Amino acid sequence: MFWRKSVNVLMLSLTGLCALVAVSVLFFILGYLVYHGGKDVNWDFFTKLPKPVGEAGGGMANAIVGSSKLLLLAALFGVPVGLLGGVYLAEFGGRAVPFVVRYTADLLNGVPSIVIGIFAYALVVMPVHHFSTFAGGFALGVMMIPIVLRSTEEFLRAVPPALREGAMALGASKWRTISSVVLPAASRGILTAALLALARVAGETAPLLFTAFGNRFWSPGWGQPIASLPVMIFTYAVGPYEDWHRQAWAAGLVLLGLVLITNIVVRTLLSRGTSPQRP
Amino acid sequence: MATAHTTVDAAGLSWGPRALIRRLRSGDEVARLITLLFALVVVLLTVLLVDQLWINSAEARHRFGLAFFWTRQWDPVFNQFGALPFIYGTLVTSALGLLIAVPLGLGAAIFLAELAPRRLSDNLTFLIDLLAAVPSVIYGLLGIFILVPLMRTEIQPALKRTLGFTPLFQGPAYGIGLLTAGLVLAVMIVPFIISVSREVLLAVPGEQREAALALGATRWEATWKAVVPYARTGIIGSIFLALARALGETMAVTMVIGNNPRISASLFGPGYSIAAVLANEFSEATGNLYLSALIELGLVLFLLTFVINGLARLLIFLTTSRGSLVHT
Repeated sequence: MFWRKSVNVLMLSLTGLCALVAVSVLFFILGYLVYHGGKDVNWDFFTKLPKPVGEAGGGMANAIVGSSKLLLLAALFGVPVGLLGGVYLAEFGGRAVPFVVRYTADLLNGVPSIVIGIFAYALVVMPVHHFSTFAGGFALGVMMIPIVLRSTEEFLRAVPPALREGAMALGASKWRTISSVVLPAASRGILTAALLALARVAGETAPLLFTAFGNRFWSPGWGQPIASLPVMIFTYAVGPYEDWHRQAWAAGLVLLGLVLITNIVVRTLLSRGTSPQRP
Repeated sequence: MATAHTTVDAAGLSWGPRALIRRLRSGDEVARLITLLFALVVVLLTVLLVDQLWINSAEARHRFGLAFFWTRQWDPVFNQFGALPFIYGTLVTSALGLLIAVPLGLGAAIFLAELAPRRLSDNLTFLIDLLAAVPSVIYGLLGIFILVPLMRTEIQPALKRTLGFTPLFQGPAYGIGLLTAGLVLAVMIVPFIISVSREVLLAVPGEQREAALALGATRWEATWKAVVPYARTGIIGSIFLALARALGETMAVTMVIGNNPRISASLFGPGYSIAAVLANEFSEATGNLYLSALIELGLVLFLLTFVINGLARLLIFLTTSRGSLVHT
């Protein structure tokens, strides 16, 4: 019995240790980024272009604007497709079509991001023979679609049937019911899901490497290569210059800060009661 | 038939041109068609994805055939392309990652699902979810500047002293290499194993635990012999899910694996993974055959993750449906 009790205590403490190790990784990451990158996140970082190699200073203004433009394109492509597709799955679907759509959405969600990059390259870059903002936005948009689709469906299904029945009883058509009762009721959930999807693709590097490519200057237009924060971090981190490494840490801190803050805000909102009608 | 038809018609649901126009004007049918169209975009994109990978890898597929998979040379200058070093690197680093991540993740999941008070468990899970949201390039950044020097000066020499007699831990300690990549992967996939396994464990009915405890089992025995076996299928599913992520993980691996297409028995040796070679060489690939060979690597990676993801979903689906079956 003593033996069994000791095994019990030992194994249970080990599981606690596992949880502690896993969670502490997050604080290690944050700590290192703040320690190495904190002092280089300054006004210049947000407002200046990268300096030529060898000159100190400079910033990543072009990469910040670039990431925003890419995310805008991604949202413009990914959110409507995911949203309306989700409406179909939750409200209109029969049996066969929703099954196929759900299955392929899960499949698409599991495709490695670098393969999505190849796809965008083959579809958007190859025909015009040059890298472009559009190609990068498309790649990120494709990654957003399955996430937005599945969560829209989930949140629509969570709307109580009584709301639908109420609207129908007042004589509203099905579409009218969906657009003015069901969608607004689920809107907060859908919005937060879209934000989470944005935060997820905001940190993606692999699909941008050969679609948006990168740019040391301001991008002249949507059809041209453009810089982005994740790609800058990668290039600067593997580059040979001390100054680049410092900038990479700073950019890492900014990127992680944005991603984590979005996640924390959204998840807190989500967990604080999912009662849909509250204004 | 005719009577049935008229009753349906009275309800406004019949077919035929006039009825169709009426339903179109009410808007419902239009809405259904439009949303259906957007839902089908998902299917279309996926089909296009497979199609593009297949078409654009045609040249390499015809040139090398199946030999692509066991050729060791990767030499763009002489147009000689073989996938073996990359497949090897991908499999070895993913296996290493799982080897470390599975016990750690399962242990943490057991703690969160079985032991921790609800409040603590929820808060810790929140942090784990945040960890899952950390971009891969950030892991790479820490890998390059923190883990690699640590491996070179501390961990690899220590491993060499203690386990250096096995072929796995020999050769110079570069810091970069298969072992480091495996470690980074382990850290990256732990959150996925934890959150899915925790869900699965929480879905195990309470009777399972209570029965074991009533028979005099200790808390650990009840967990390990009654709860975990019950949730086994779902846990294996979560491991497959993590494996699929590890196989396709690009940036962090690219930054620490060493990027050298050779097959070394030692885990200290530099290697290369499929995703890493795509990230490094794709944008500067000159020549159609080179590009085509890279795209074929992408196709291989796609198929690998496709199969493993499919298995994972099937397993998780089986557990959850079995769980509900027992309940009802």
